[in-house]
Amino acid sequence: MTKVTMTVNGKSVSGEVKGNTLLSDFLREDLRLTGTHVGCDTSQCGACVVHVNGEAVKSCTMFAAEADGAEVGTIEGQSNEDGSLNVIQQAFQDHHGLQCGFCTPGMVMSAAALLKDNPKPSEAEIRDYLEGNICRCTGYHNIVKAIMAASGQDVPAVAAE
Amino acid sequence: MYSFDIQRPSTVADAVAALATDEAQPLGGGQTLIPTLKQRLAAPSVLVSLSGIAEMKGICTGDDGSLCIGGGTTHATVAAEAGAYLGLASLAGNIGDPAVRNRGTIGGSLANNDPSACYPAAALASGATIVTNSREIAADDYFQGMFATALEEGEIVTEVRFPVPEKSAYMKFEQPASRFALVGVFVAKYADGVRVAVTGASEEGVFRWSEAEAALSSNFSADALEGLSVSGDGMISDLHGSGAYRAHLVGVMTKRAVVAAR
Amino acid sequence: MPKDHGIGASPKRREDVRFLTGAGNYTDDINVHGQAYVHFLRSDVAHGTIKAIDTSAAESMPGVVKIFTGADFEGVGGLPCGWQVTDKHGEPMKEPAHPVLCQGKVRHVGDPIAAVVADSLEEARTAAEAIDVDIEELPAVVDMGAALESGATKVHDDLDDNLCYDWQFGTDTETTDAAFAKAAHVTTLELVNNRLVANPMEPRVAVGDYSRANDEHTLYTTSQNPHVIRLLMGAFVLGIPEHKLRVVAPDVGGGFGTKIFHYAEEAFCTFAAKACNRPVKWTSTRSEAFMSDAHGRDHVTKIELALDADNNFIGVRTDTKANMGAYLSTFSSSVPTWLHGTLMAGNYKTPAVQVNVKAVFTNTVPVDAYRGAGRPEATFQLERVIDKAARELGVDPIALRRQNFITQFPYATPVAVEYDTGDYEATMAKMEELMDIPGFAARRAESEKNGMLRGLGVNCFIEACGIAPSNLVGQLGARAGLYDAATVRVNATGSISVMVGAHSHGQGHETVFPQVVAEMLGIDESMIDIVHGDTSKIPFGMGTYGSRSLAVCGSAMVRATEKIINKAKKIAGHLLEASDSDIELKDGQFTVAGTDKSVAWGDVTLAAYVPHNYPLEDIEPGLEETAFYDPANFTYPAGAYACEVEVDPDTGKVTIEKFVSADDFGNVVNPMIVEGQVHGGIAQGIGQALLENCAYDENGQLLSASYMDYAMPRADDLPHMADYVVDHSCQTPCTHNPLGVKGCGEAGAIGSPPTVVNAVIDALHSGGHTHVSHIDMPVTPSRVWAAINGQ
Repeated sequence: MTKVTMTVNGKSVSGEVKGNTLLSDFLREDLRLTGTHVGCDTSQCGACVVHVNGEAVKSCTMFAAEADGAEVGTIEGQSNEDGSLNVIQQAFQDHHGLQCGFCTPGMVMSAAALLKDNPKPSEAEIRDYLEGNICRCTGYHNIVKAIMAASGQDVPAVAAE
Repeated sequence: MYSFDIQRPSTVADAVAALATDEAQPLGGGQTLIPTLKQRLAAPSVLVSLSGIAEMKGICTGDDGSLCIGGGTTHATVAAEAGAYLGLASLAGNIGDPAVRNRGTIGGSLANNDPSACYPAAALASGATIVTNSREIAADDYFQGMFATALEEGEIVTEVRFPVPEKSAYMKFEQPASRFALVGVFVAKYADGVRVAVTGASEEGVFRWSEAEAALSSNFSADALEGLSVSGDGMISDLHGSGAYRAHLVGVMTKRAVVAAR
Repeated sequence: MPKDHGIGASPKRREDVRFLTGAGNYTDDINVHGQAYVHFLRSDVAHGTIKAIDTSAAESMPGVVKIFTGADFEGVGGLPCGWQVTDKHGEPMKEPAHPVLCQGKVRHVGDPIAAVVADSLEEARTAAEAIDVDIEELPAVVDMGAALESGATKVHDDLDDNLCYDWQFGTDTETTDAAFAKAAHVTTLELVNNRLVANPMEPRVAVGDYSRANDEHTLYTTSQNPHVIRLLMGAFVLGIPEHKLRVVAPDVGGGFGTKIFHYAEEAFCTFAAKACNRPVKWTSTRSEAFMSDAHGRDHVTKIELALDADNNFIGVRTDTKANMGAYLSTFSSSVPTWLHGTLMAGNYKTPAVQVNVKAVFTNTVPVDAYRGAGRPEATFQLERVIDKAARELGVDPIALRRQNFITQFPYATPVAVEYDTGDYEATMAKMEELMDIPGFAARRAESEKNGMLRGLGVNCFIEACGIAPSNLVGQLGARAGLYDAATVRVNATGSISVMVGAHSHGQGHETVFPQVVAEMLGIDESMIDIVHGDTSKIPFGMGTYGSRSLAVCGSAMVRATEKIINKAKKIAGHLLEASDSDIELKDGQFTVAGTDKSVAWGDVTLAAYVPHNYPLEDIEPGLEETAFYDPANFTYPAGAYACEVEVDPDTGKVTIEKFVSADDFGNVVNPMIVEGQVHGGIAQGIGQALLENCAYDENGQLLSASYMDYAMPRADDLPHMADYVVDHSCQTPCTHNPLGVKGCGEAGAIGSPPTVVNAVIDALHSGGHTHVSHIDMPVTPSRVWAAINGQ
């Protein structure tokens, strides 16, 4: 077992981990931050995306030991300080960008990483950026719309009626 | 996963020493190795993580003008900072997805030499030099077939030196599920000739298409490739395409790379 | 102005807040104190005889609690099939045993041979590697045609052959043959409806718990229908009476049909929790899901369409082989029959329709309902053969369809169902308008300038949702009722908990159902909560599948709310000293008609629970009502879809350039959610058409066993916003349920595959590749290239 210390959502945490403990396992089982989901075992679905030192990474494809000393951000740390939904989360709700909710944490974390680097992405850039986030419910349409809206761009109103 | 320990050395020398242990294995960005470990297809006793070695990260220009990329440099960094070699930066920016690019490294990709990976095409088409902890290996000698390289046990890729071409482009036709290259072609035009490397297609891994190189060296245009084709024999044939289809795509992607080269 | 509340409004989904903040409670988020973990040792060969299993070395490995094999389950039942199909000779289908763990043979890659329960998952997995299994491999039965040949290797040794049933349905042979005999033109098409994997993003999970104190079992599971699991597992497999078995399906991360069924892992965890006296948890990996979740589709069909000299459809005849896989999954037998044959008339007044289906056992993962379940298979073959006929006859495919539409309702089809209502002309006209069909020629010319081939594909579909009534489906072989139930519990201060049998795993019931109750009562939606997914809290309902939630469970909720209103009016009448027949309920106020005397909702509910001034001699205190609703008929959503594709003739790659759906779902309660459902269905339909393929090799090895080879649709595979419209403005309300709703969950997946393939064929013909009359799905670049090049 190795001791790891990291900052998760602004709070310093420590734990004992095995060499093969994935960051996703550490977050879900040790810290009980179960908003980070695991949807595949080939590093493709992106339900587990978190931020490590400000960059989007797949927490199921990184060992907890490698995050020793890192700043980690998860979906649980995304809301505003008063607990309200942040701009991206709110846009997902406003534009029905989620259905079953399982891929949603990874989608929100990827969207946040995209908008940090590219504050006004085009639709094509958003679709390209989401290559590593699979959603089975929404057909992505409203996810793309939500991310455009979160970046302050005009999008069609929700629902045609 | 089987049980193993993780070590995180901060220098190449320490990493090499750690890798001398029995059943020790280097860990680059882990984007291929970790899924492999999950399937229990590898059973290292120690994983030596290379991600904490500062001297293996970053991009600089060498005395001969070549672009030198540390073996631990992520795809995202290459995409963002290898502007001196546009074809290479563009290739790096289309490997995997953004989260994978933030972890995966050039050294890890070249050490793994997946037959459908992108970087081997760039390295071979550029006549790059693969620098390890103990020696320098020419790309033409480095790639030795699917998942096989000239690397010895415990040897790690510390740097890759790319001569910068006058023009280049990489064209990838993606396998629709994995988004790896079903066929990827890197074309690089140098003062002394054109090099063309193909990934994804051959059962022997990345290879140079010498007929195309000869044709393009005398006339760098898509027209020069008219009538040229590679044989479907020895091409990968699977769920996503026959050998004949891959052979056909080699021609199409090569032409498109020539047109796109800048 | 769009409505801002109640029926027809699109309020923000209340469930979103927990999902967006990581506070959802999915099954894998549940850990029960002291739990152990199970790893299933699964067969890596498709077919074989188990000669011996030696677990002795594994039993002494670190952390091992107990190891189970098929022998441990000999005393309990097998996994049941919920629908008995009767074949064309009047014989029941062949129903082989489906043990929880393999007994004697392995029959598909992934079939569970043994289960290791250990303190940790890694210890369980390591111990499983130490189990010595001696399997004598047998030839694998993979291809359905080969499976039916005489002398073929048998998947089940106790059956005569690999035929589950040979079913015939619809118009009799003599009449059908006569229609074809007098036809001026017959179009024939042979096609494959590709095998798919549902792939909800949340893999399946089961946690079994057992209390010695009261002999009670609890199963937490990723299910679309916890009561169905309780019934099947309790009554048929483990023999646990319902009052000792609680099934909880908390937040579930998508289902699409594959979480309807009762699976071995659920029964195992429930059984093992008692046997080990410890909670037992199983979390599927995605790789495991590919070989243990029921697959979908997998039909091979020959369809013939007969037309008279005026291009009227006069006959349809189909001959389908439907893959069951190695065992009968819960509703597998109903999919190629009652969910498929009954839809073969489509939107057309064809007088003779005969459907023939042979269901076949193979050494592959069991196949069962997946989004659409039978209806996509029916629509695909019919709409493809119509398109082929139009091309052969040189007529406009839209006009040919239009000419043959059913226009009078109700309409009794030759395949046993009666469409209550519809307007196919309306959806067709809406589709044409939104698609700008006159502009297609210019768009095609623009594509051709760029070296691309552009094609337009159109398609109509009819489907059937809310399968019912129970007495009819019982005659057809269903072993369950198909009603649903709701309890409306009004609390003393006026807030309401509605306990529903439907399960929400993405559909937004927690938002939509309160819209209906709020509209009926005239109170604020925020006063109403929905409770679902726990058999200890909800009435016996049949769950969510077949686009039934609102049409069936919503109707039960309406009926229960009506009972509430009736009783509340009596209480209000007493408080207002008026006859309850004179009481009107509006905006949450009970008023004596024609007066200004009124009493508020909260005063009435308080009186019900604090019955001081209350007619106790006439009515009971309290305000809680339950209704069970058993529909009189299916509902019949229908629509017209169109898409334009570009085909890159050099690579064969197909890109969707424009897509329009015009659906008729009857009345719509929440337009936002309806559109979201259609978006999702279309993405899965485009996935089937262009990307997804669950493939086996000739040895029964699964070739597409992970996302590395099974192509899931991604954001960049789908049409851009400006070129994508989903419309549901054509509304012919269902005539037999109180809300007039039809169901919208599956339409997109049913309507889109033929649309896309029709467009690809159109594109290829425009490029001169007129020899290509069909390409099987998925229409991958390599298949398009091979078709163009005659390979």
